[in-house]
Amino acid sequence: MSEAIMIKDAVCSFCGCLCDDINVEVEDGKIQRVRHACRLGSSKIMGHARIESPMIRKNGVLVAVSFQEAYDKAAKILLAAAKPLLYGWASTSCEAAKKGILLAEEVGGVLDSTATVCHGPSVIGIEEKGLPGATLGQVKNRADTIVFWGCNPAEAHPRHSLRYSSNSCGKFTQEGREGRKIIVVDVRETRTSKNADKFIRISPGSDYEVISALRMLVAGKGDSVLDEVGGVLKADLADIAATLKAAKFGAVFFGLGITHSRGRYKNIDNALSLVAELNSHSKFVIMPMRGHYNVGGIGQVLAWSSGYPMSVDFTRGGPYFNPGETSACDLLARRDVDAALIIAADAVSNFPRATAKALAGIPVIQIDPYENPTTLLSDVVIPCAIAGVEVEGTAYRMDGLALRLRKMVDSSFPSDEDILMGILESVHKQRQMTANEGA
Amino acid sequence: MIIKGGIVYDPANGIYGDEMDLFIDQGRMAMQAKGEEIDARGLLVMPGGVDAHSHIAGKKVNTGRIMRPDDARLGTEPRTAVCRPSTGYTVPNCYAMGYRYARMGYTTAFEAATPILEARHTHEELEEIPIIDKGALTLFGNNWQVMECVRDKDLTKLAAYVAWGLRAARGYGVKIVNPGGGEAWGFGGNVKSQNDIVPNFDVTPAEIIVGLAKANEMLNLPHSIHLHFNNLGKPGNYTTAIETLDLLKDIKPSRMRQVVHVAHMQFSAYGGTSWRDFESKASVIADYFNCHNHATMDMGQLLFGSATTMTADAPLEYGNARLTHNKWSNHDIELEESSGVVPMTYFRKMLVNAVQWAIGLELALLVKDPWKVLMTTDHPNGSPFVNYPEVITLLMSKPKRDAEMATLHEQVPKRTTLAGIERELDWTDIAIMTRAAPARVLGLDDKGHLGPGADGDVSIYNLRPLEVDTSLDHVLVKKALANAKYTIKGGVVVSKEGQILATPPGRTFWVDAAVPQVDTDRLMIDLEEKFAKYYSIQIANYAVQDAYLPHAKVIRAGLLIEPLPEVA
Repeated sequence: MSEAIMIKDAVCSFCGCLCDDINVEVEDGKIQRVRHACRLGSSKIMGHARIESPMIRKNGVLVAVSFQEAYDKAAKILLAAAKPLLYGWASTSCEAAKKGILLAEEVGGVLDSTATVCHGPSVIGIEEKGLPGATLGQVKNRADTIVFWGCNPAEAHPRHSLRYSSNSCGKFTQEGREGRKIIVVDVRETRTSKNADKFIRISPGSDYEVISALRMLVAGKGDSVLDEVGGVLKADLADIAATLKAAKFGAVFFGLGITHSRGRYKNIDNALSLVAELNSHSKFVIMPMRGHYNVGGIGQVLAWSSGYPMSVDFTRGGPYFNPGETSACDLLARRDVDAALIIAADAVSNFPRATAKALAGIPVIQIDPYENPTTLLSDVVIPCAIAGVEVEGTAYRMDGLALRLRKMVDSSFPSDEDILMGILESVHKQRQMTANEGA
Repeated sequence: MIIKGGIVYDPANGIYGDEMDLFIDQGRMAMQAKGEEIDARGLLVMPGGVDAHSHIAGKKVNTGRIMRPDDARLGTEPRTAVCRPSTGYTVPNCYAMGYRYARMGYTTAFEAATPILEARHTHEELEEIPIIDKGALTLFGNNWQVMECVRDKDLTKLAAYVAWGLRAARGYGVKIVNPGGGEAWGFGGNVKSQNDIVPNFDVTPAEIIVGLAKANEMLNLPHSIHLHFNNLGKPGNYTTAIETLDLLKDIKPSRMRQVVHVAHMQFSAYGGTSWRDFESKASVIADYFNCHNHATMDMGQLLFGSATTMTADAPLEYGNARLTHNKWSNHDIELEESSGVVPMTYFRKMLVNAVQWAIGLELALLVKDPWKVLMTTDHPNGSPFVNYPEVITLLMSKPKRDAEMATLHEQVPKRTTLAGIERELDWTDIAIMTRAAPARVLGLDDKGHLGPGADGDVSIYNLRPLEVDTSLDHVLVKKALANAKYTIKGGVVVSKEGQILATPPGRTFWVDAAVPQVDTDRLMIDLEEKFAKYYSIQIANYAVQDAYLPHAKVIRAGLLIEPLPEVA
């Protein structure tokens, strides 16, 4: 038995909070205990049953093969495709994303991230209005007013409130929760709303109207607001508007309740406008609650590599971006892609039924440590080491802050980067062979 | 490599248009060498261009990309056998940055503003920019630790923090942006002069600037403080500029260089009391620079058309957004800074824009010593860097300036002195302002000149300086400058007549300054408390890891190094 090693201040690679105070006890090359992480993070770091071997579907059954065979088959699929989709990227490192972008350029594919079924509408809202934001520490040190809109951090980002938002303490917020006003807007009661000073329950799909009413009230045009908007009394909205205007420093956190309800990116556009306008009265910032730990990172890497943060089409040589046309679900719904590589995401569980069905009709390559519903329809399955636990790398927190993921234990599996490079090398090799045959 | 018969401008070595052969051996300039011969007979030859102030990497650049898909579409170039794809005009992708600088004959560019906390991101992008050498200046002007050291008048602890911060950020030098204003912006405020008290910190911007300048010289850093004034971009701000420069005139430089470099002077040379009576005070600023030797500036030239304003001066960007009703991104960085990004279009017929255009040119033409003025557009604030050939030809040609003036708002000749300026810069001036001076201002000994041992970075243009009339043939000159006949980086031809031939990775320069351990020990007590209470990350995860700089070039400095002989 070897001595237990304590890894201190490691970064948790579960959600967009990227808590970086995790202590991990390792003995005999295995993680024995995880400290400071929430249950979600702890379960991620401890891990569970893995895909054991690369597999290729033969006669309808996944059969174990060598990694090289799997790379060659994956390369063959990508080369044969006129327009392959390379999708996922939210739960792996930026280093893997860089290799994925290179691969998408080489094979002429479309690269999209899980943002497309998540905060993609937020990105489009930001393209319309910009993002008045801050790092999470700025909120912790200064915010006396916090709004959670269509999100439920108490269950999705369990340590958010204590580390960064409602219950955190900082230089100008030493009273923590006591010194803050917390407003929650949602269509239902949640654990987050129970921690609120004011819970505004709106009718489903009325986010746009409610934000518009608040903008009018903030602008002093309350006369034109109806007595009830989205199921909320005008007097309550007027109260909220007054609280927002009186803040010393306010922050709005928003989630999928607003990005994927009626109005979608227009809701975000409206919320960004509200926050921009509030800055005439007080200091205000806004931030999307990013879900997967590095869904922010793929957006950053893709933006500096291609100019666009998601849904980038490399099939015409130069990058092309037109969400609605080049986004994963739309491509699949139109049956416009003829192969897919799914990495670090479970498309089948999260896509609309029609698009998941479209995936079943084309060759699919999956790169993932774990079996999930996407595995069931994959033709090539390549198991990988887990970024942030078994592989070092970079991830971007929900506020855009880059942190270095640690390697805690060794793995016998190749990293996502290694696998993508293996496929890329096979692409080069097969191209060369075809060229030689042609000559 | 041998470059034969070029007309060489290497002002740092006293060479002003002499016909000579150049030799590059193992990536460096040499007295002789063998190998590939490049025929440069009669052509303009200069050291590789050096850009000392450009926003090329990091969070705010990427924010510009993310909020401007409209801009990305403007510059799409497909992937080739050598190149990754390019996109963007004002906010190009990383690959385009490297290719476009190289095409113009530039081989070095420095990112002008990086918060320590977000330096990891900056280095991720810098590493992705091919070909050119680079570095990043580190922001200190709104940092709590800095303000506390200044308030406590603890200069040695301040120096220890600057050294620690540069190391943590893998940064090259001390950048100060609207000192105190960024902290005030934390609660939506600003400072209105260099003598205002910064809320909650009991210091003034003036004290922050002087403190950091003294710490900079105590640490013997290669670069001086690099300053973006308070009140930047506001009518009447020239007095802030001059009063602030006066604060620094008695500080002794630790090296043969300025005590302060003023970033994008154009934005701080404004007269008037509002946009209504807005006018140029470039002549007053130029007089000051002509009478004093402790300061240098870069132009921050504005050109008409599309730009993306991005700066750590967040209140300024909020003002820009309110003024133009354009989209607005803001980003506050806990304990350290704030920042903002706003797209902008500059118009010929808009008086303010036309006067701004003239001010940049006035500054460069009225300051007599070209070693004091670097040619920049504060990319992409005044204009993207791909328009440097336009700026250079404006400086070299009075007829071109007159032709441009004729297309502008009619008040420009009344609000500026540009119409009366006859001066036309020559190739020596240009070689200084785009090569020799930026290298000297940054303290890069091996850049900006062609002496033995210098980096083998050479640009050769399809121009015959002994024959071409730069005043009259400005169209020809601009065309030649846009695509160098050859750009040679470290002895390798990276670009030929606009075509990228090779994409070696560039190096990243950073400065490691030594300080006495006792000062660092005192500092760490403060920092450990700040991380325990205020930062949202652990101190162990703060500094940029070496993995992010696989091509690092470390410059040593600090208190343990003997200062160079004093400047006479």
